[in-house]
Formats: sequence, C-alpha cells, structure tokens
Amino acid sequence: MNDLTKLTLKQALDGMNSKEFTSQDITKSHIDAMAEFKGLNAYITETPELAMEQAKASDERRAKGEVGLLEGAPIAMKDLFCTQGVRTTAASNILNNFVPEYTSTVAQNMFDQGMVMLGKTNLDEFAMGSANITSNFGNVINPWKRNSDDKDLVPGGSSGGSSAAVSARIALAATGTDTGGSIRQPAAFTGITGIKPTYGRCSRWGVVAFASSLDQPGSFARTVEDNAIMLQAMAGYDAKDSTSINKPVPNYMAAMTGDIRGLKVGVPKEYRMDGMSDEIAKIWQDGVDWLKDAGAEIVDISLPHTKYALASYYVIAPAECSSNLARYDGVRYGLRVEGDNLDDMYEKTRAAGFGDEVKRRILIGTYVLSAGFYDAYYNKARKVRKLIHQDFVNAYQKCDVILTPTAPSGAFAIGENNDDPITMYLNDVFTVPASMAGMPGISIPAGLSNDGLPLGLQLLGRPFDEETIFKTAGVMEKAANFIAEPSMVFEKAA
Amino acid sequence: MSNLIQGKTGEWEIVIGLEVHAQVIAKSKLFSGSATTFGSDANTQVSLVDAAMPGMLPVINEYCIEQAVRTGLGLGAKINLTSVFERKNYFYADLPQGYQISQQEIPIVGEGEIEIELPDGTSRNIGIERLHMEQDAGKSIHDKHPTRSYIDLNRSGNCLMEIVSKPDMRSADEAMAYVAKLRAIVRALETCDGNMDEGSMRCDVNVSVRKIGDELGTRREVKNVNSIRSVGQAVDYEARDQIRMIEAGEKVTQQTMLFNADDSTTRPMRSKEDAHDYRYFPDPDLLPLVISQQYVDAINENLPELPDAKKHRFMQEYGMKLYDASIIAGDKPRAEYFERVAKGRDPKLSVTWVTTELMGALNKLALSIDKSPVSSEQLGELIDLISDNTISGRIAKDVFAEMLDTGKSASNIVEEKGLKQVTDTGALETLVDEVIAENPDVVANYQSGKDKLFGFFVGQVMKKTQGKANPAIVNELLKKKIG
Repeated sequence: MNDLTKLTLKQALDGMNSKEFTSQDITKSHIDAMAEFKGLNAYITETPELAMEQAKASDERRAKGEVGLLEGAPIAMKDLFCTQGVRTTAASNILNNFVPEYTSTVAQNMFDQGMVMLGKTNLDEFAMGSANITSNFGNVINPWKRNSDDKDLVPGGSSGGSSAAVSARIALAATGTDTGGSIRQPAAFTGITGIKPTYGRCSRWGVVAFASSLDQPGSFARTVEDNAIMLQAMAGYDAKDSTSINKPVPNYMAAMTGDIRGLKVGVPKEYRMDGMSDEIAKIWQDGVDWLKDAGAEIVDISLPHTKYALASYYVIAPAECSSNLARYDGVRYGLRVEGDNLDDMYEKTRAAGFGDEVKRRILIGTYVLSAGFYDAYYNKARKVRKLIHQDFVNAYQKCDVILTPTAPSGAFAIGENNDDPITMYLNDVFTVPASMAGMPGISIPAGLSNDGLPLGLQLLGRPFDEETIFKTAGVMEKAANFIAEPSMVFEKAA
Repeated sequence: MSNLIQGKTGEWEIVIGLEVHAQVIAKSKLFSGSATTFGSDANTQVSLVDAAMPGMLPVINEYCIEQAVRTGLGLGAKINLTSVFERKNYFYADLPQGYQISQQEIPIVGEGEIEIELPDGTSRNIGIERLHMEQDAGKSIHDKHPTRSYIDLNRSGNCLMEIVSKPDMRSADEAMAYVAKLRAIVRALETCDGNMDEGSMRCDVNVSVRKIGDELGTRREVKNVNSIRSVGQAVDYEARDQIRMIEAGEKVTQQTMLFNADDSTTRPMRSKEDAHDYRYFPDPDLLPLVISQQYVDAINENLPELPDAKKHRFMQEYGMKLYDASIIAGDKPRAEYFERVAKGRDPKLSVTWVTTELMGALNKLALSIDKSPVSSEQLGELIDLISDNTISGRIAKDVFAEMLDTGKSASNIVEEKGLKQVTDTGALETLVDEVIAENPDVVANYQSGKDKLFGFFVGQVMKKTQGKANPAIVNELLKKKIG
C-alpha cells in the first residue's frame, strides 16, 4: 500500500472520497514510511498512535458524511505550533519537555477540517536558521543528494523538518512558519512547493514566537493546488491575535483557473545580483518564458531598497526575538537550572537552554535596542522597512505578481556554510524583502541544478491576493513540469 | 504661605513631581480575560496570557481604553487618538513575559491640569504631564520561606494608569492635596477605587531641592508610598535629607529610594550599577491603538460631574466656603450625603450641619460618612425640625448628640424628652413676667442704658424652659415689656 505516500494531498482526499482507501490506510502507509526514513530526522516527536486514533475517528466521520477540507489526510506539524497534550519544543532544550495545555489556532483549524497529525517536525531552534542545523534535536537531512558527492545536504530552514518530510513522502503536506524565508527557502531546497501568506492571514496564536511582526504560518505540499487546500483550512481571522486581519478567506482552489492572459508579471532588476550563478539566472529566465508563453506580460520593475532588506531584517528580527524569548526564564515552565539566586538561576537556565544561534540573536537584539544604539540600529531598520514596503506598493502599481528566484543556490552540505553566520544569512536575500513588507509569496520547484538539485522560483503577490499567486503558480507549475524525485524516494519505489 | 525651608546656607525650595499608579476598575485584565478581584486565592486569576505561556498573544480590553480616556477627560487632558503600546524589558520572577506592556513615546493621554485646595483656604493648579496605560506585574512574596520566594500572578496583567504630574508642587501639603484630588477625580469617574491600602493606588514621589531661582536640582524618586500621609512624610524627609547632604558638601545623586512607613524615612532601593536599560520598543503583537474623536466625545458626554465642578457649584448654590466645598465635593459619598440633606432645605442650615456638626462628629469618631450613625434622612429631619420651629438650634445640638449615640430619629428624641420648643405666647409671657418681677435691679440697670443686659433676661427665660423657649418669641415679648 506504500504507493499511498506518493499521492498528492488532492489525490489522497479524492481517493478517500471515492472509497479507494481509508484514512487509516493512508495514515498507516505514512507511519511505515516515517519509520523507514527516520534517519532524515524530520520529526522531533512522532505521534503514530494518536495519528491512527485520529484516522479512525476521521473514517467514522466520513461514514457519517462529515467531510472536512483535510478529512483524513496525514499531515505533519512544525514543532513551533502548540498542540494540546503533544510535546512542543521549538527545537530548543529550554522547551525540551514542554507539553502545552492548548492548541494553536492554525492547528485547531486544521483539526476541525479533519486533519490527521503524524507528528511534530524538526526545525531550527526557535525557527532561527536557514539550514535546520541549529535544532537541539539534531540536523535534518535533505532527502535529495547531489550528483557530485554523497554528502548529507541541508533541507533549508527554519522549517527543514517539514520540507524534508513532504519531500520524502512521509507527510502529504506540512505546516511551516516563515519569518524571513523559512517556508520558501526550504521548499526550494527540497523540490516542493511552499507558501507564506500575507502577514495577518493566519493566526499566530499558539505559535511559539520568533519575531512577531514577521512570523507567519504557511504550508508545504507537493503541488500548488495542495497548498491552496492547506491554506484554505489554515487561514482566517482570529480575535485572539491582534495582528490577524478580519477579511473573509476566498476560495483558493477556485482561483486556480489556469488563465493568466494579460497578467502583469514584474521582474525586479535589483534581484539580479552580482555573482548570481548562471543556473539561477537561467531558471529565472525559464520562469519568465513560461509565463510569457501563457499570455502574461513581463514588466521590468524596481525595488530600490532591496539591498538594505537583509541588514535591516537582521536588526528587527533579533530585536523582537530578544524580547519574545525573555519569557523562557526557568520560573514557570520548561528547563530550569537551579542557581544561588534569581539572577544566577536565569543565567544558568538560559545558558543551558539556548543554543549558539539563539544566543547570538538575543545578544544582537539586546544590543540594537539598548540606549545609545536604538536610533542607529532599530529605529533606522524600521525606517528602511517602511521604504521596502513602499517599494512593493509602488511596484504593484505596475504589475500583479513579482517573479524572482527563491534562493541564491540549491541545497548545500551540512557544515559547508555554517562557519560564517553572515554567509548563512545571505540565503534569505530573495525572501526577506517580502517578509519585511508583509507580502505573500510562494516557492515552486522549477528545475534541477547542474549538480542535480532542485531550484525554486518565487512568486510574490499583493497583500491578501493569494488567489493571483495560486493562479500564476499553477500555470508555472504546469510549464515547469517538475517531476524529479529525491533519489532515495525513487530508489525505494523502484 | 511660604513653602521654603530654612537651611544653614539659606532658604531652599522643594520641587515635587508625582507618578501615581492607579489600577483601572475593570472586570478583566488589560490584555487577557482573567478576573481582577482583589484578595482572591493566589494564582487563581491567571490566564495562559498572564502566565506568558509560549505563543500567547495580548488582546486589548476595550473597557480599559474607555476608562483611560474617561480619566484623561476628567483631568482636563488632551486625548491622543493614536497611541502606541511598547514593551519595557526587564527580568523579574513576577514578570512572566520578561517585559511589561506599557506606553512610552505616545501615551493615550497628554497634558492636562487639576486644581488642588490647600489647608490655608487657597487653591492652585497642578499640571499633568501624561497618563499612560500599562500592565501590572505579579507579586513576589519573600517572607514565607527561608530560601525561596513565592509568586502570585493574580495581579499580573491588571490595567494600571500611570498618571505623571509636572514638577509643579512645592510642599508636602501640595503633594498631599494633589493625591487627594486625583483620588477624588478617579473615584468620581469610577475609573479607580483609589484604595491605597489595597495597593490600587500607589505613588512614586520625585523630590529635589534648589535655592530660589536656581536650575532644578538632582531628583530622587521615592517608591512604595502608599498613603496620602506617607506622601507628605516622604517629601519632608527627602527634602531635609537632601538639604542636609548639599549643605554638608555631599552630592545628591539620581536614585531610587524606598519609603519606610514605620519610621517615615527613605533608603536607597538599588544602586546605580543596577540601573535598568528597559529597551523600550513598540510591541509587535499589538497594532497602534487608534480611537476616533466621536468615541472620545461620546465618553465626554456621559462624564459625571467632577469634584472641581461640584466644588464650584457647592460654593455658588449653597454658599459654601472654598475649603468646605472641596472637602465635601472631593468625596463622592460626602457630596451625595450632602446633596440628599440639602435637597429642598435651607442651604445655610444644611451646609452648617453637614460641614461643621456632622463632619466634626465623624472626625472625632474616626468614621467615614458611609458609616455615619446618622443617615442623611435623619439629619434632614433634624434640620426640618429647626426650620419649622419645633426645636431651637441649641436644642438641636443636644438632639444630634443623642442621635449619634442611639441612632434614634430626631422626632423620637424630641418626643421622648419633651424637647419641643415652647411657642405658646401666653405661657411664655407668664414666664417673662416672672423674670422681670424676680430681677427688679437688673431691669433698672437695663433701662438706664446697659443694653447688653437684654441677653440676661433671654437666658433666664430659657433656663425656666430648659432651653425650649422659642428665642424669637421671647425676644419679642421682652422688647414689648422692658423696651
């Protein structure tokens, strides 16, 4: 029955609808596959028994005619979403044994639509990273291998467990969160599709916070349509999140008409950076050609403040995280290391509880907010952020969507890039500006690199216009016809 | 009145500014739905948000906004239609988030002004710098275990208004009058219960001293000042201590002091090395708070009469003196009591009986007006008995004393003790005649021009009636008989 893991989410839902198999069947297939690919370390906490219970309950609901949008589909949950009764760690030692008494709004929305949860996926600690190598629970391994050697590659980050799981067919789809590219970049690295919706589209309530003004839940799946189904289930106004926007959720699946004639696609000149590799430039050009062939009009646009985006992002995100992570103090929950007095307990707890990258960002964030440096860093970064937002507002006067590469390269090997945090931060260069502006974006697999690794293209849209993104991405997906699979998955099937 | 303090080197002026934290009356907390009842069992009013569990987010309690706007209007202050919540970052065991959500750069209420009354009968205006909303912290309890502290998060997240004055006060009396007036205002508005002993109103007192005409001196901030009396004591102690230091050649350094109510002194709370950098920045979990002018106007229209307006009305309508008016109008139960008494009755009698007799008696008994043994209805009845000549003002004082003791009604006491005024002209004439007959010498003296002796005859008649004779009738009869 292991073929069931090869299905798309849509195919799986259809198969259950037409009674070809049950939720218990497809859930069991995924649980078996999870055991087989345990070496990828995609999950921090697997919940197979819970999943089978949920699958059984789903089959019973279906028998009664109660069929939600995700009815019976086995899905993975990034371990940043709090789930009642299931350990939620944020991949940090400080929350090593934290079991929430509540379920995040997004996870609850998905349960309400019939989701079967397979487990909690690995991530960079507190979602801080671009390679999933900062997790307290070990690195995640990309199911893809490059042609040139057999080294383990990173799955991207921070949502690396989710991207690896969907890529390796050990989840039909998965949730992620994107702060500066944490959905789009790992989607590109693992040859799958991932969407970060508009800031405010999905509730952040119950999602462990990294940088509140940037964090946004989104999804991973193997097709654009699957992501439309996922977002349909996840999105919606939540009065418990003051930054959630009270707008009706449109029908995303219906938006995928396949017709983009007359659509204006912006190509920002500032994204053609010095040193951009030929293969990235080529795949970008492919994307332009596909859309042009489908009847879209290509427009040259300018996003002049792009070059300041990464620097200001690495001021604002750490600033917010330095404050957001203050609550992990050993007093009420999570890890506590006893000390001689309160300050000593704080110091020992946080020294033992946080990894190096988290500590680095807390230090940076504390520094940029401190008296005497606030104006030079934090305030300046906020001003730049406004300008970046204005860039997009201006650009969307001229175009409907923006096409760019997702990342400057394909996946790299574990250890290849992390000797220098700045090089690591550069991974987010194409994804960060839209995050800073709160704009929605998707990454779809567009082709393979010379070394046999998937490369992604990013489509950005107007705020709350995920419909146009899905429509355009659907057309591009068809044209790209990306059918490659990670070799280990392919070999398994063979 | 001079507020200057004489030191060894000359006269010193005290400069005082106050920060008052007032807990907003609201059923739930500023950013969570937890209850806010004082005195509940520890940690029973704590939501996931208050405990800062991972992924929890603040959602503003709209009623708290309304209360802050109402208070701002009551302080005659500018309401900022856009204000911003910021995070004040510091670590403490009773601060679950590791930051307090407060307002820093743009508070909800800007500059305003209130009028204070001083014991010498004068009044003056004190500027308000701002009012902002913020979360309260929890409570640390250090004295229940030798090595551990207990934390009670019931208070964590309650809505406080921090009301900051301008450094306009110049004496302990002014500082005390300011707090009293502020308390009267928030109580009248029902935005804070003003109960300082329960901690729902707490003061930080900023004090500096300078020679007249000099620049402002370095200030010290005294925390933990929890009664109006303590405000005065803290000012006095700080001023004297600072003058002593400066005159001894020491330097006053900017410092946070803690008030000790046991001996009315202050001591340094923390040294400068511990000075916090709070790293304020706009809370990214909350959008800027935007309210409309219509919203503010609607609150303004439904504002109750404020103590100052009431004070001026009492002076005009009832002829009260400024000080009496401020005492009565400054306390809602007192004002209500007074107005119930004065309704449809002689203003002058009502004022005298409430401000002098009743307040005097309550002060002696150390009772607040809502615990008064004589209700407003009962006092009103007593005044009615004076007005319709049933009893004289003098007898009324005896009746009132009896009412305080027994709680009986005035008419009952008058009835029981036979204190009804004698207004029977015939009976009184007989008594007048008796007095004249009994005192021929005095009559002669009086008639030879010693006018002052007239009172003697009145007194004699009163004596014969145990004070019950109607003085007007007695006067009239005496005038007729002896001229």
